[in-house]
Parts: sequence; C-alpha cells; structure tokens
Amino acid sequence: MKFGVIVFPGSNCDRDMQHALQDDLQQEVVMLWHKDRNLSMFTKNDCIVLPGGFSYGDYLRCGAVARFSPMMEQVINFANNGGKVLGVCNGFQILCEAGLLPGVLLQNDHQKFVCKNVYIKSESTNNLIGVNVGEKALKIPVAHGEGRYYADAATLKQLHDNKQIVFRYCDEHGEVHINSNPNGAINNIAGICNEGRNVYGMMPHPERACSTALNNIDGRAILMALN
Amino acid sequence: MIATLEQATKLGLREEEFEKIKQILGRTPNFNEVAMYSVMWSEHCSYKNSIKWLKTLPRDGAKLLVKAGEENAGLVDIGDGWGCVFKIESHNHPSAIEPFQGAATGVGGIHRDIFTMGARPIASLNSLRFGKVDNPKTRWLIKGVVKGIGHYGNCFGVPTVAGEVYYESCYQTNPLVNAMSVGVVRVGQTVSATSHGAGNPVFIVGASTGKDGIGGASFASADITENSAESLPSVQVGDPFEEKKLLEACLEMIPTGALIGMQDMGAAGITCSTSEMSAKGEHGMIIHLDKVPTRQQNMKPWEMLLSESQERMLIVVKKGREDEVQKIFDKWDIHCVQIGEVTKDTNLKYYMNGELVADVPAESLVLGGGAPVYEREYKTPAYFEEIKKFNIDSIIEPDDLKEAGYQLLQSPNIASKRWIYEQYDSMVMTGNTQTNEASDATVVRVHGSEKGLAVTTDCNSRYVFSDPYVGAMIAVSEAARNIVCSGGVPVAITNCLNFGNPYNPEVYYQFVHAIKGMGDACRKFDTPVTGGNVSFYNQSEDGPVYPTPTIGMVGVLDTLSQKMSISFKHPGDSIYLLGKNRNDINCSEYLHHICGVEYSPAPHFDLEEEYQLQHRLQKVIGNQLVKSAHDISEGGLFACMVECAMVNGLGFTITTDKDLRKDAVLFGEAQSRVIVTVNPDLHALFEAELRGLPFTKIGHVNATKEIVIDDHNWGYVSDWKEAYDTSLEKMLVG
Repeated sequence: MKFGVIVFPGSNCDRDMQHALQDDLQQEVVMLWHKDRNLSMFTKNDCIVLPGGFSYGDYLRCGAVARFSPMMEQVINFANNGGKVLGVCNGFQILCEAGLLPGVLLQNDHQKFVCKNVYIKSESTNNLIGVNVGEKALKIPVAHGEGRYYADAATLKQLHDNKQIVFRYCDEHGEVHINSNPNGAINNIAGICNEGRNVYGMMPHPERACSTALNNIDGRAILMALN
Repeated sequence: MIATLEQATKLGLREEEFEKIKQILGRTPNFNEVAMYSVMWSEHCSYKNSIKWLKTLPRDGAKLLVKAGEENAGLVDIGDGWGCVFKIESHNHPSAIEPFQGAATGVGGIHRDIFTMGARPIASLNSLRFGKVDNPKTRWLIKGVVKGIGHYGNCFGVPTVAGEVYYESCYQTNPLVNAMSVGVVRVGQTVSATSHGAGNPVFIVGASTGKDGIGGASFASADITENSAESLPSVQVGDPFEEKKLLEACLEMIPTGALIGMQDMGAAGITCSTSEMSAKGEHGMIIHLDKVPTRQQNMKPWEMLLSESQERMLIVVKKGREDEVQKIFDKWDIHCVQIGEVTKDTNLKYYMNGELVADVPAESLVLGGGAPVYEREYKTPAYFEEIKKFNIDSIIEPDDLKEAGYQLLQSPNIASKRWIYEQYDSMVMTGNTQTNEASDATVVRVHGSEKGLAVTTDCNSRYVFSDPYVGAMIAVSEAARNIVCSGGVPVAITNCLNFGNPYNPEVYYQFVHAIKGMGDACRKFDTPVTGGNVSFYNQSEDGPVYPTPTIGMVGVLDTLSQKMSISFKHPGDSIYLLGKNRNDINCSEYLHHICGVEYSPAPHFDLEEEYQLQHRLQKVIGNQLVKSAHDISEGGLFACMVECAMVNGLGFTITTDKDLRKDAVLFGEAQSRVIVTVNPDLHALFEAELRGLPFTKIGHVNATKEIVIDDHNWGYVSDWKEAYDTSLEKMLVG
C-alpha cells in the first residue's frame, strides 16, 4: 500500500503530509506533480492525498482552478473506480469543486482566517476513518479562511441518512455545540465522505498532529485509517 | 535629457549630493541617472546617516558564516552541517497609509531576502507598534496590518510563530511594522548576491514589472505628513502565490550549480539589484530594459529602473547553462527572461530599444562605494529633565491591588494577543512547538536534524525612550533571556532600528546611545549583529516615535528535548524567583497606564547581574532541575505568574517581600528576574547549583486553581484567563 501526495502550484502542506506519512507513520509516499497524468502505479489499495495550501493562489475560488488540472482528471477517474482519496483543507475544497464530494466550503462566518487547535469527533463507524479513530475527541489544528461547510437541506439529509458525516467540531469532552465551531460550518461539520466511502474530505489538518516533537499525535489514527 | 538641480532635490537628493554625482560622472547626469542615485543614496538603501555607528556594533563571531552587510541576510552556523539565515526589516511607511499591502509586502520582502541566499524560510516573526486602541484609525490599521501579514504568510506557507505588539500614542500616525524571517540551509549550499564573468547572461525572473512602488525607498526616507496618502503609488502590491512558486523554483535551481549569483528585487528594484551584484563582483552589466516583462505598456526607463514590483529576482547564470535554468522556471510557470549580460567594464549601461539611457559606475551607487556617509550631530534630549523629576513616593500604593492587577492584565500591551495570532497560520511546516507547549522564545524544529531554533523579537521602546543606552541593553538582554528560558543558547541578532528624523539632534542622540547599549549587550552575550535595517523618519507633526531598536534573536537547542516551557506543571511544585525584587516601578505598564505617568527612568538593570542570571539559569535548565521557566517582563511578577498558571489552569500561592512596596513587587519591571518551578525533592540540588545568584522561594503551585497572594484569595485562574484572553478582542471589535 502507498500514498500519493499531489503537489499543485501553491500547495504548502504537501511536505508536511509527506513528513507525517513517511517519518511519523513509516508509509511509502510518492509525490505527484499537478501537470502529470499518470496514476498507473496506484491501485485501489492505495490512497491519493490532496494536501492543504493555496492551489493556484486560491484565485477565482478556492480549489476552482486546481479541479481542472491534468492530475485531477486522473484522480477523478481513480476515485470513480473505487480508489481511496483524502483531501485536507484546500484538498477538501478541491474535492467539492470537482464534484467528488457534495457541498461547498464558504468563507468563515467571522470573515477572518483562523488557525488554532480544535477538537473533532467521529460521527459514525460506518467509514474507514470512523472505525479507526473511535469515539474520543481528537485535538487537530485548523488553518483556513474558507472552511465553513455548507450544503442544502436535501444534501444534508442525504449525508445524514447515508452516514457520510465523518467529523463534527466539538469541545475537548466531545460535546458538539456552537461554541466549538471555528467557522460557522453547518451542523458543525468538519469532514465528510462520499457515498462509496472511498473519498474523504476534512478541514482540520491531521498531518499537523502526528509528531511527538509537537506534543500531539491525535492525527495519526486518521491518516492510518486510509492505509 | 539633462537633469536639473531642481529635479534632483525634488527626488530627495541634497544639493551637495547632486554635485557629487556630477563629479563621479564627469558630466551632468540625465534624469534616469539622477533617479537611480536618488533611490540608491536614500537613507533606506545607503544607510548614509547610520553606517558610521552601525560599524561600531560587534559584527563578527565564531559562528558567523557571513559577516554583517556582506549578503542580503546574516548566516550563522547552528551545527550538524546546518546554517541559519535570518533578518528583520521594517515596512513602516507603506503600512501607515495602506496597512494591508504595506504589511503583506513587508512579509514577502523579508522572506525573499532569506531564500535569495538559498535558505528555506521556516519561521516568520513580527514586531508591531500602533497608537491607542480606542482610536478608530488604530483599529483600522491593526485590522489591515494583521490581515496583510496573514494574507501573505498563510499563502506563502511559512508559519508566523512569534511577535510582539505594543500600543502607545506616539505611534498614532507612524505605526511600526517590522517583519522577520528565519530560514535554514545546508552549509555550502548558499548563494551569493554577486555577479562576475564577462559574457554571463543576466536574467530577470518572477513577476512582471509594473509602476507600483516607484520611489518607495525615497518615500521611506521622509517624514509622514498628511499628504503622504498621495504617495500611494509608492506602496507595492504583493502576490504570495507568485512568491511561493518563485521560492520553489529558486530552491530547485540552486543545486544545479548553474548559478553565479542571485539577488531579490526589493527597494529600488532593478537599479539596486544590478548595482549591488555588480559592485560586489567587481564587474558591470549591459541591461536591455525593453526586454523586461512589464505589466503595462509604454513604461519609461526611469519607471522600470525604480519600480518596486514584488516577487522578482535578478540572477546571473553561467554561460551555456541557460537551458537548465529556463526549464525549471518553465516548470513553475514563471517568467525567466534574459535582459542583459555581465561586462568586464564596471559601468552599468542601460538601453531602451537600442538607445543608451543611463551609464553609471556600479560602485558609485552602493553603500561602501560612492554612496555618501554623513556624521550627524546629537544633543541630550530636553525631556530627560522630566524623567529625572520622577519620584516613586509621589505614587500612592493602591488600596485594591487585585483591581490594579485586573486592569493591568487586560491592558492591551499585556493582554493576550489571541485575536491577532489566530489569524496567522502558525503551524504549517509542522515545526512550531509553541502550539502545544508554550515557551518564552518560540522553539521551531529543524526538519532533518535533531535541532531546534529558539526565536524571538523584543524591544520595550518606553525603556529606550527613558534611557536609550540602558533601554537597548535591556532589549538585547530580554531577547537572550527568553531564549535561555526556552532551553536555548543565544547565537546572534538582527536589528530593526526604528527612529525619528536623524536630522533632529535629539533623535540622533537616541540613535547613537541605543547603538552603544546594543553593542555592549551583544558583546556581553556573544551575540553579534548579523544585519538588519534602519528606518528613520518615523515621525509626523506630533513628533518622533519612541526610539524602537527591535531585536530579533536566534538561539539554538541541540536537541528539542532541551526545550523548557513556561507552564506550571504539578501542584506542590515550589515557585522560585531568581534575581531580586526591588522597590522599582520605573517605566512599568503599571506606572504608565494605570497611574498615568509618562516620564520615569528605565527600570533597574545591570548587565553583569543579567549575565550571571542567564548563566546560572542555563545550568539549572540543562541539568533538568526546573520544570518551568518564564522571565518577568511587562506587567511584572504578577503578570508573569498568571501567564505560567493559565496554560494548565493551575493556581499559585505566594508570599511577597515585607520590606518592599507591594505594587513594586507585583507590578514593577526591574530586570533580570525569572520565575521557575522546582520539584520539592530537588530543592537542595537546585539551590546548590545557583551558587551565589540571589533567589527567593516565594510559594508553590496549588491544586485549588486559585491565586493566593499574602493569604488573600484573588479568585480562580480560569476567571483571570477569561479576562486576559478576551480583553483585546473586546477593544478591537467593540
């Protein structure tokens, strides 16, 4: 099993993801360039990661340009064939723009960039991540200006009925309430998956919580869930 | 077109400088040439009014791989084959009139100084000064500056890991925005800002050249007036996405070995980079301005020569290896265009569509070459008389110390800066250890090694105002103390010298004496000055700002496990004060903001005493005899203790000295004091190791989560934390 991490121009969490997977979790990692079109070395057991950052400068709209890059065409095919895909932060925005995940990520309700530790809690054991992380509230940092998840009522109902909500923002005791929501995301949604449960997107950065040197390894169980 | 004296003076040159240019050229310069000299000889580029004194600073040391002023930033050896490149720079004037772009391009510019040397920036710091928070313009400035710093740094992908912010009315018209970048590089992989080898091609890479920022260096070298907003085109516009690509492309290009030299284009753009590289390499250049990619049509030669468009680099490549370089910039979709070549003749010749538009000796433009050097007069400031008049007995001790403490903790200079720093990505690059374990200086890990860098910016400008010599020594000492408290060894500093108009003899007195104090302290701690920036003319109709010589210091931890944090860890641990409390409220936040006293002497400080404190503290931390360390600075002992307590929500019970004023013990800012906690089983070992250093066991960490001072209960730490955390936000957002 191996991970592929895509580097878009403006990606800035690509190396962090590489460090976390390679050095902290001893996984095999292949870095992928956005202009390339070859994913033939990846099988359904592997996982493609879209890292955080400001792909294409976030011009037009976060993720809106990256979604059309040559490599993304391949990722869409890979996902549609059942391959595992994880998008973190800007990666989550790209997956929504690409239609691989429902909903959108809007500007934070307070209209400011926010970077801090938050707590998130798995919603269901009905997906790869949920089954691996258990019920504990995980301390994972966020860092975004446009992280407010939004979807219309019908989509939300679908997400709920199909148990596609992976994480919600909560407090350190696991209580989900408005005060623990860093961006105004609807229903405190921090991460979701697709119906096929092979495509995952989340705003918090698990790769920033994988190292003992940083005194927080709550992110390890999230990334290892996709191994 | 021959230039006139009138044109020259309008561009900021003095009459004798215009004469000097004529002498150098042996003819009257044309307008393009005068424009070039006007920016290169501006204070910002030439240091003409400061260099004499800057040369008195210690600029050499065993760990310095590059001497101050030799390259774009300082380079120090941190061991294991790693070097650290770091520098601080001001962007005060642009931020005063366009806070968002002013601050953003300040961040972008300082990062370019770091990666132009081949280092990857891993940490960003800043030092900000604003007017009073209750002024609406201040709030507009803060919001703009913070958004600008965040906008650039967050997108560029380098964490903003530390900083300082003070609010004083002297900064009302002239805010200070100082940005620092710290990068790491393998020793031997650095790039020099030089140019040599006749025939070697010269490329401009990065963004296109526009009319933004024309004359920015000259603009930064004049007082701010109410007409300054008319200089808006002098403010540059930043594109962090372009710079991120430029960073990656440059770092990818360096290992090819195809490069002779590289310099970023900051102040004075093409003029500065071509002249400084050529002067350093003792060669000249032919430059074809018509080949420079531009953002708009019909740009005039002088506009292109002076443009300060951001995200551009000048590179000189070994002839025959152009394709390797071109390929890398193509990969990153960045302009890479040959605009000229290196010549043996040491003149710079600029052509526009085949016509020679400027022809000047490279060396004549630059600092250390033809740029003028002035000695300025100085005299003791008159306000010193006011300072001498202060008598502590005129201040009545408050009946309600708790209320005074409550106000103090919520004052903007002391309260949590959370509203600001949460807008910065502080964690990207997964190296900032501050997030989950706070320490006095921020400790950033160096990926690929065991090492940590301890970084901090410090300057209490009120102290410097009261006593420039002592105040500057305190700024250096506090930076070093912060690094020692974090488990590091101080290595070197960079300075950002923000002062008023140097032609004012009282301002120049502040400058001269601050430099002397800085020099003495740097020699004592063996932390040479690797470089920095001088920003004069921080002055408006209301007068000059406080003299603000900001110190950016870097220290090294050989392994991250040596890191020491500020937090109280366990109930029952003993609390020790290292150093001595004194009957001193001089210059404190308490005296200034609670009692409303504007003039008082600098707080107690003795350099030898400070040195001994840091020396012993290094030993007890190194021998793992303490569990936390936090220095006493603004807000005094009380603010220090609350900061230690809040992290884990533990309380403290202490007893204060009977023979001193209570307000002096709790809120005084006498220097050279540190609070540490010690496991009770280790008392004897710990005290033995202090060897003659004055210390007092003042109390213990309690489990009841309360603050207890001299048997009075001051309430729960959590309530104090709430007030501390939210005060600034309430003031800013209303």
